[in-house]
Amino acid sequence: MPTEISHLQTLEAESIHIIRETAAEFSRPAMLYSIGKDSSVLLHLARKAFSPARIPFPLIHIDTTYKFREMIEFRDRLACELGLKLIVHTNRAAIAEGANPFRLGTAKCCAQLKTKALLDALRDHRVDAAIGGARREEERSRAKERIYSFRDAYGQWDPRNQRPELWNLFNGRIEQGETMRVFPLSNWTELDIWRYIEQERIEVVPLYFAKEREVLVRGELLIPVEHNPPAGPGETVERVVCRMRTLGCTYCTGAIRSEADTVAKIIEELERAERSERENRLIDHDRDGSMEIKKREGYF
Amino acid sequence: MAERELLRFLTAGSVDDGKSTLIGRLLHDSNALYQDQLASVRRASPDSSIDFSLFTDGLRAEREQGITIDVAYRYFSTPKRKFILADTPGHEQYTRNMATGASNADLAVLLTDARKGLLPQTHRHAAIAWLLGIRQFAVAINKMDLVGFEEAVFRKIAGDFRRFAEKLGPIDLVFIPTCSLDGDNIARRSSRTPWYDGATLLEHLESVPAGPRRSGRMRFAVQTVLRADGEPRRYAGQIASGALRAGDPLIALPSLRGSRVASIRIGDRELDSAAPPLSITVSLEDDLDLGRGDMLADPACPPRAGRRIRATLLWMSDRPLEPGRPYLIKHTTRQVCASVTRVYGALDPATLEQRPAATLALNEVGECEIECHQPLYFDPYAENRLTGSFIVIDPIGNGTLAAGMILCEAEEAAAAPASTLGLTVWFTGLSSAGKSTIGQAVYEKLWARGYKVEWLDGDAVRRNLSKDLGFSKEDRDENVRRVGFVAEMLTRNGVIALVSLISPYRQAREEVRRRIGNFLEVYVHAPLEVCEQRDVKGLYRRARAGEIPGMTGVNDPYEPPLNPDLECRTDRETAAESAAKVIEAIERRLAQAAADQS
Repeated sequence: MPTEISHLQTLEAESIHIIRETAAEFSRPAMLYSIGKDSSVLLHLARKAFSPARIPFPLIHIDTTYKFREMIEFRDRLACELGLKLIVHTNRAAIAEGANPFRLGTAKCCAQLKTKALLDALRDHRVDAAIGGARREEERSRAKERIYSFRDAYGQWDPRNQRPELWNLFNGRIEQGETMRVFPLSNWTELDIWRYIEQERIEVVPLYFAKEREVLVRGELLIPVEHNPPAGPGETVERVVCRMRTLGCTYCTGAIRSEADTVAKIIEELERAERSERENRLIDHDRDGSMEIKKREGYF
Repeated sequence: MAERELLRFLTAGSVDDGKSTLIGRLLHDSNALYQDQLASVRRASPDSSIDFSLFTDGLRAEREQGITIDVAYRYFSTPKRKFILADTPGHEQYTRNMATGASNADLAVLLTDARKGLLPQTHRHAAIAWLLGIRQFAVAINKMDLVGFEEAVFRKIAGDFRRFAEKLGPIDLVFIPTCSLDGDNIARRSSRTPWYDGATLLEHLESVPAGPRRSGRMRFAVQTVLRADGEPRRYAGQIASGALRAGDPLIALPSLRGSRVASIRIGDRELDSAAPPLSITVSLEDDLDLGRGDMLADPACPPRAGRRIRATLLWMSDRPLEPGRPYLIKHTTRQVCASVTRVYGALDPATLEQRPAATLALNEVGECEIECHQPLYFDPYAENRLTGSFIVIDPIGNGTLAAGMILCEAEEAAAAPASTLGLTVWFTGLSSAGKSTIGQAVYEKLWARGYKVEWLDGDAVRRNLSKDLGFSKEDRDENVRRVGFVAEMLTRNGVIALVSLISPYRQAREEVRRRIGNFLEVYVHAPLEVCEQRDVKGLYRRARAGEIPGMTGVNDPYEPPLNPDLECRTDRETAAESAAKVIEAIERRLAQAAADQS
């Protein structure tokens, strides 16, 4: 008589279990909210996990100031509508010194505006567990990471010495100053995310949907022009029908040519996709194993 | 639908059996790889051919050394089914990472190199997967190209493995001849094995029954309690087994109070019924006081409850198991203090031979008896993977030390030593003489032997009971009086109270001895130069630098006992020798006191 449990239900149940464990076992958890589709799903799951009560932790957004305007508008409206406690943190000192991706290059810019800002925010707010929306499918070093990922007092990940993690029993014990990164969406794929967004009618930033946008065309890459990236020789700004497959900073998030302007069309597009999700993320490709290096330094 | 939509499986095998290549091939041939991923792997491979292992060895250290260190998870699907694959390391050193991957899997793909046959590590992986509850095995006999696709080689290895598996217990076994480099019998049938008419690996994975065995009686561990204005309390958790319907009777543990399900919800959506593994909230018809760690269960067949359990432990720490040492156990949503009271023996997973053992080292498996400070509500692991499993956590280092699978309740403890008499054991001596070290060792030994024992250590006392006191003579005397008062109460109630305190003044110690009566004074003795050299807390150095006034031995006197019951010369004997001496003296004193009483 109990009907078959679907794949999405299984994933949802696992994620809710993880979010609740984190809230129950840590004294100052927080959710890293990046405004992207994974964060939107994560937020939806957190609301489900604690309904009818409120989400018992704040959301933290690391704002590099190079995000899309539409992302910031979406964030602020959502926080207001849902009555969320939202903390926005920016590495102002680095920006005052002129940190930007065009001048520093993407690796250094990320280290300053994302990794350092994140570690500072966690320390300032004395966060002991930071819940994030990373998925193992996204990148090969993420495929190796535990759901509860221990970070030392400097925020560093030691991939060679991770705690064993069996069944649904998570070991959340840490000392003061150490933190846990928690990844409830570890086992979700990009398609799962979109199918869940469709099933649950979750609102996402319109940047994911195709429309005509101004972009700098650099070979295969389409770079959004919002923060005036310098054009190289032979590169032109064109109006192209495109959408974002992932969202980050404008310069480092390549758009893809696409006509998919609804969730259903995006799912259809992904089912046929031959290229990986983060291919257009410049930051993943600035050196071999670049995500692993960033993670070891404290990046999400 | 007979099969479930999702299959979780792991791949395991010895180093160099070609596991990562097999997975790369499986992903490639089921079209689970994107073009840019293929291109990036082509770039990294030495000769622009595809090195499939590069898809899964995601860490730089792994690519450098050409081995798999930690489990990697991969996700792919075919029109028939979705898969979560845990690629686990082959190296014995990383067995714990293999166990991590196996704990949530329904099936194991075991690889062997056709040239080498079964290796100890193949056996080890099979045994650990079996212990963790996996009953379906697909054995890929790989690198068949290097033995000329010889059927006899295949049959021989299959026969060897069958004989080994018989020793494990009931198991579903299939054998597949493969060459992962070229893709033979991975996703497409090989023309080079005409003698084989079984399924390809992928066909097999698509058709085996999947999904954990979630049947069984209803079990629901409370994770957290949710409250909102104007609503009854809701209990949040994940259903471990059984089904739950509105109106169902339930029993709450540990209170043993009964009630009925009033409503079931996911988020704000109401459900008539729910099944594993859903994460739900429930409200009850009666107002029971439930909290995290409590359990709701089927009243017709509740779980077992007990403080003493017998379990199989897979030890995963470099530091061996120490019987009697305090550990933490996380079981369902409960965390309790516990210690291992007995190791029955160790199992060599590679040979399945039992041998007598008093401890377990890294990657060893053994049956143990465990005593918890609070009861666990459990089912045997063989019946329920979620209410039968636990992890052992180091309360000091915080690491995960072991995985545990519950077998049954332990038989009643050997009666604790008959004495109900209490005793105060007072360790006095200079800072860094070794009082706490001996105290700790004695505490653990006595606790393991079933004595009621408490330990009042100077540093802990100063942080709590005597937080307000300094180090003047008056304050030191007051500190000794307070500790003496607590020790006296414990002694009166049949507890062995261990006190480790510098307690430099003879008169204060004598006063305590008179008040308590049953008192054993242990002089922990090492010459000042030795203590100063050890300087565990750096106090001597600071005292010599003039930073600490009134440091005993430096600028404040220590009055040694004139006639101690026992002296431990820690500069001449080891801590273990000292502890053994103290325990002997304690047991002698207790026996004597018992004889006097009768």
